[in-house]
Amino acid sequence: MPSTTLEPDAAAATPASHSDDPIVLSSLTHDYGTRIALDHLSFSVAPAQIFGLLGPNGSGKTTLFRILSTLMVPSGGLATIRGFNVATQPAQVRQQTGIVFQARSLDIKLTVEENLRHAGHLYGLSGKHLRARIADVLQRVALTDRAKDYVETLSGGMQRRVELAKGLIHSPAVLLLDEPTTGLDPGARLDLWQYLRMLRDQEGVTVLVTTHMMEEAEYCDRLAILSEGKLVALGSPEELKSTIGGDVVLFETETENAAQSLAARMAGRFEVAPTALGNTVRLEREHGHRFLTAVLDAFPGEVRGVSVSRPRLEDVFIQRTGHRFWTEATDASVKEKEGID
Amino acid sequence: MATIATTAPHGTRHQHAIRTAKPGLFIPSFSLWQREIVRFYRQRARVIGVIASPLLFWVAFGAGFSHSFSSGNAGASGSAFGYFFPGSIVMIVLFTAIFSMMSLIQDRNEGFLLTVLASPVSRSAIVLGKVLGGATLAAIQGLIFLLFSPLAGVHPSFAGVLLAAVVVLLISFEITALGFTIAWPMDSTQAFHAIVNLILLPLWLLSGSLFPADKASGWLRAIMLANPLTYGVDALRNGLDPAAHTDHSLPINLAITLGFCLVTFATSWAVVNRRTSKPAA
Repeated sequence: MPSTTLEPDAAAATPASHSDDPIVLSSLTHDYGTRIALDHLSFSVAPAQIFGLLGPNGSGKTTLFRILSTLMVPSGGLATIRGFNVATQPAQVRQQTGIVFQARSLDIKLTVEENLRHAGHLYGLSGKHLRARIADVLQRVALTDRAKDYVETLSGGMQRRVELAKGLIHSPAVLLLDEPTTGLDPGARLDLWQYLRMLRDQEGVTVLVTTHMMEEAEYCDRLAILSEGKLVALGSPEELKSTIGGDVVLFETETENAAQSLAARMAGRFEVAPTALGNTVRLEREHGHRFLTAVLDAFPGEVRGVSVSRPRLEDVFIQRTGHRFWTEATDASVKEKEGID
Repeated sequence: MATIATTAPHGTRHQHAIRTAKPGLFIPSFSLWQREIVRFYRQRARVIGVIASPLLFWVAFGAGFSHSFSSGNAGASGSAFGYFFPGSIVMIVLFTAIFSMMSLIQDRNEGFLLTVLASPVSRSAIVLGKVLGGATLAAIQGLIFLLFSPLAGVHPSFAGVLLAAVVVLLISFEITALGFTIAWPMDSTQAFHAIVNLILLPLWLLSGSLFPADKASGWLRAIMLANPLTYGVDALRNGLDPAAHTDHSLPINLAITLGFCLVTFATSWAVVNRRTSKPAA
């Protein structure tokens, strides 16, 4: 059970907003000099929800994570966590929030228990209460028997679980995780998601998780998809996918030019709006399989391969942005932005 | 792990009260201090280094020194080495203190610092814990060195040793805090090394460790008087060799050394407290 700490001097901390939603963004903007990293983001996260921030590298999700974790002050707009302004009330925000960073933050020369005790001290816990919390979080991540082991002797998956336990030591209402499954094998990845669901269901924790992996985004209750600092889609994975009418149909051609020419002629012949992505023509259409035969009959010999599928999250991204989730352009700009983003 | 029950779906909202328990100053800084010490003694090489370097100093230089100098700036004890003794302690303390803050850069690169900064702990607790940790290690080394003072022909009184120990603590603290300020904005230990080398040697050479300020020429003397470490070395001399002539009186030496501790601590606190719209770590 969550043990919440409420001191008598609670009146000292006056929330900046009174929304019931634990995380609220209102026209949040951030720039690094001339480059705009976040462009007027507005959305809110409901309580006891797993909320995903999906976007390719350089989309602004790391910037947003830094702002929400109070490590950076946004250049414009407002972000609140449980009513407290992340820019002006960092101390209050930090007390409500558990944070799991992407990089390892454990001290590998200390034992699991020492790391957790240290983390507890930083959040004002001590003595008997802290010992009980350590036992509780260790049990939650199934590492009770490794409490006395040095962190450097644990596997990557176990270290990640200790990170999670560390983020939960003060029973936060909001948990922020930055790419939490990076470097984990599929089994450890599933375990981690299982823990997050348990936190949501049993403790009512609001979980915000950033990811660049489509498969993981599917696990979220609700998603915000970011591209180049803008919010391009917001909703549950099912809702987002259902905004795409029917099936996603792909035609693979020999060259990029052939794809563009085929797309143009297809648009003239049928009532569709295809897009050429590399050497592939992509469109959305009800009853994709029937449309497929019509196209193959109309343009014999031009198509090298076809596929018809139910819409995936990547299709939502493509539909909203007009380009693929991973493009050469993003890869190049990632290298250039890595220093600051 | 596959047997986790998910029994109460979405049914338990609003059970998290707003947390307002502020972590105080003592527990977090104690915890950070403790971490420095635990990390230290778990790395045997560091333990050996800290204990062996004063010993080596005595074996290698002590014997040679006592024969090479027969007169000069000798204190009341009559030994040249007696004059260099306080400066030698300061040098040992200086290096250990300032380089202990290399761990700050390591903490930053390893991600540990990020979680500390994102926690509600006050910035002064972070500085205090880190600086006291480094200062403790430097002071231990200085105190070990102090134990050998009779070998240098220095026979201070018990009160003198106590005073010297306090001064060693103060110097350890101020120099570690200086190291903290330098290390904070850096992300490479090489860069830190370069800057520290640039500062450390002049700081020590012009502190009265090698020659007294009143024998120096005008501008050099001015620099030495402006060097806060001068007063630390002088205070140490006051404790170890009360009869020796010093440029300033003990109260002035102590007051300036203490003042510099506060200044360096405040500077560290100021650099940590800066919240910007650039990445913090």
